[in-house]
Amino acid sequence: MIRTTAWRRHPLARYAVLILALALVGMVYAAFVQASKPADAALASGKVDDVAAGKSLFQVHCASCHGLNAEGTLTGPTLIGVGAAAVDFQVSTGRMPAANPGAQMPRKPMAGWVTPEKIRQLSAYVQSLGGGPAVPTKDQVDPAKGDAGKGGQLFRANCIQCHNWAGAGGALTRGKYAPNLNEATPEQIYEAMVTGPQAMPVFNDTTITPEEKRDMIAYITQVREQKDPGGFGLGRIGPVTEGLVGWVVGISALALAAIWITAKKRQKS
Amino acid sequence: MSELTTVPKAIAGPSSYLDDRIGAGNFLKRNLRKVFPDHWSFLLGEIALYSFIILLLTGTFLTLWFKPSMMEVPYDGPYAPLKGVMMSEAYASSLEISFEVRGGLLMRQMHHWAALLFVAGMTVHMLRVFFTGAYRKPRELNWIIGVLLLTLALAEGLTGYSLPDDLLSGAGLRITEGVAISLPLVGTYITFFLFGGEFPGHDVISRFYSLHILLIPGILLALISAHMVLMWVQKHTQMPGKGRTDKNVVGAPFYPAFMAKAGAYFLFTFAVIAGLATFTQINPIWIFGPYTPADVSAGSQPDWYMGFLEGSLRLMPAWEINMFGTAHAGTLPMSVIVPALVPMGIIMTGLALYPFLEQWVTGDRREHHVVDRPRNNPHRTSIGMAGITFYGVLWLLGANDELSAFFQINLNWTTYAGRVLVFVGPAIAYMITYRICLGLQRSDAAVISHGVESGVIKRLPHGEFIEVHTAPADDIEAHVRGKKPVPMLPVEEDRSGIPPKGMRGPVGKLRARMSQAYGGEKIALEEPHGDGHGHGHEEEPAAIGSGSDDEDRSLTR
Repeated sequence: MIRTTAWRRHPLARYAVLILALALVGMVYAAFVQASKPADAALASGKVDDVAAGKSLFQVHCASCHGLNAEGTLTGPTLIGVGAAAVDFQVSTGRMPAANPGAQMPRKPMAGWVTPEKIRQLSAYVQSLGGGPAVPTKDQVDPAKGDAGKGGQLFRANCIQCHNWAGAGGALTRGKYAPNLNEATPEQIYEAMVTGPQAMPVFNDTTITPEEKRDMIAYITQVREQKDPGGFGLGRIGPVTEGLVGWVVGISALALAAIWITAKKRQKS
Repeated sequence: MSELTTVPKAIAGPSSYLDDRIGAGNFLKRNLRKVFPDHWSFLLGEIALYSFIILLLTGTFLTLWFKPSMMEVPYDGPYAPLKGVMMSEAYASSLEISFEVRGGLLMRQMHHWAALLFVAGMTVHMLRVFFTGAYRKPRELNWIIGVLLLTLALAEGLTGYSLPDDLLSGAGLRITEGVAISLPLVGTYITFFLFGGEFPGHDVISRFYSLHILLIPGILLALISAHMVLMWVQKHTQMPGKGRTDKNVVGAPFYPAFMAKAGAYFLFTFAVIAGLATFTQINPIWIFGPYTPADVSAGSQPDWYMGFLEGSLRLMPAWEINMFGTAHAGTLPMSVIVPALVPMGIIMTGLALYPFLEQWVTGDRREHHVVDRPRNNPHRTSIGMAGITFYGVLWLLGANDELSAFFQINLNWTTYAGRVLVFVGPAIAYMITYRICLGLQRSDAAVISHGVESGVIKRLPHGEFIEVHTAPADDIEAHVRGKKPVPMLPVEEDRSGIPPKGMRGPVGKLRARMSQAYGGEKIALEEPHGDGHGHGHEEEPAAIGSGSDDEDRSLTR
């Protein structure tokens, strides 16, 4: 016993403990990775159906906040009934899995393990829990099939209060915000409307029909792809940047011109 | 001087031609040789003048196609995302100017950029006049004309912003309506008169059109002419400097020197506006869409000169007073009427009255043609900076949603911070500016009494190192010596303890105290240490020779 105590006080003891702890964590991690491996292998060979694969993915990547059976915890809401569309939106935009809790989850690059295949499996699992809006078909979100003029009117009536006239985004209360729509794919725009992620309200199919949603997608994609005919667009956020440029570029340039015009050769005294 | 007595041929020729016909030769001869003092800040007002000329020209171009009508028509132009959308003729014709009229978009953008620079030019010009005290007698009336011009420019901007009838201009109109209807007693009448019925009605665009292209520009043109004529007759002020007094003007004659400079500056202004309009998109109305009262967008903002009103509206808590505790007896919406009228009232009334308030406090009734350097009237400069801070906080907070979105700050906190800053900021700015002014005065005094650092390090016999100071250059010294103490009222009480006339009673006592604080010499320019070197133009540093080493060291530390 005396020897043990002496070792505990050895100057190198703390490092030994640290190394042991790291090794332990590493082994546990490796075990988890191993646990998910068989599922991957099985999926690749198509032996296990999407729901089962989705469930194991869910338990590894989502359960810590949403609960082992998606029942929700203090840190994450229940996912029963949110539907496949919600999963597809959140995971494909990189918002989920969340990096850190905050007023709102930002769009970010997708996690390393995420592939379209895995999103499909996760979606299938969540869809199996309690139904909900499904992922739209290619046809439902094809901008070429929408009427941009009609979509623009709906967009102005329903979206721009938060997302701005050009989809440039804007601030909401208490640190929340409406993101810009420049990177959202047609599928993601559709899914956001039917699931109402984060601060966004739900626009279900009785409020805005699927055809109208396609019109809006047509408007959003047309406007964001359009080249600004008047020159540099200044972020398309309107008079704030225009005023800034008027002062910083316009007045500064003219003040410099005035200084130049009135400059005198220094008289030698 | 001999140069000025002979009349250049270019003036003499046309002068005698006109003299023979309309008898204006002497007038031209005299005025074409008018002397204008030279300083870069004297050109700032010209930004506004030339922008106004560009506004008139581009505006006339726009009227050739614009239809000031609120009749609903379906869009049938080349801009695909609006195909088939119902919109007013005003908006449709603005789109036509943008996409179908040759050069129309450039003209629209030039008109809008020129409008921003028009008001910005007026603002910087006004600040120059304020901080140098160029509004003092005999120029108070011209200053008032300037304040009127600035106010009218805001009205001109507001009406112009509303004309294209896009979503943003509609949002602006909605706020205008809100302010009008919030006025006690007359609000509803004024609103119905202005809009010809319930908002938005069918009349407001054509009414604003008349105001925007006829009435307000007419008044602006008349007032600008009066402003220029008064400036011409009263002569331009000059910076303090060598040979400059309240009785002369030192500078270059209008023809040829000043005319060339003014002409070049017009071209500069034109180039900046045309350049901005070519490369930078402004007011892209096709993205905003047509106005319908049901739609409003995030990031709806006024043009910059209305930003301070937007900010005050956003900062104001939602207060309202219901008469006798019920909305039936009438509501006074403090949340609208206070932000709309109070900051504007403080700024514009404050500006208009400042020359007279200053006169009342200093008792200064003399004519001034040599202006003050801002540091030499520290209280005026501090008041100006406090005003700028007040305006600036409101202006900044007018964009608080964009600030919040761009810098990822909590929107609510921008509002809370703004509510504190709008009161605390000006006080802090006042104190800091005052200290900076005194510091600059001290450094002026040091230049006069000790000279400027020569870069030569000298070792004294007992081993100490000092830097040799030389006398400042003539023109710099004259510039610094142009400082005059701020006038002060005679406030001394007489032997029996009775204050002088006009200084009695609460108002009089306040006036006396303000005069003592505002006026007087804060930091005197000391005479150089005298041993005959006086204004010493030689390289020999007067201060060193006089042997007062202690003070020299204090400068070189």
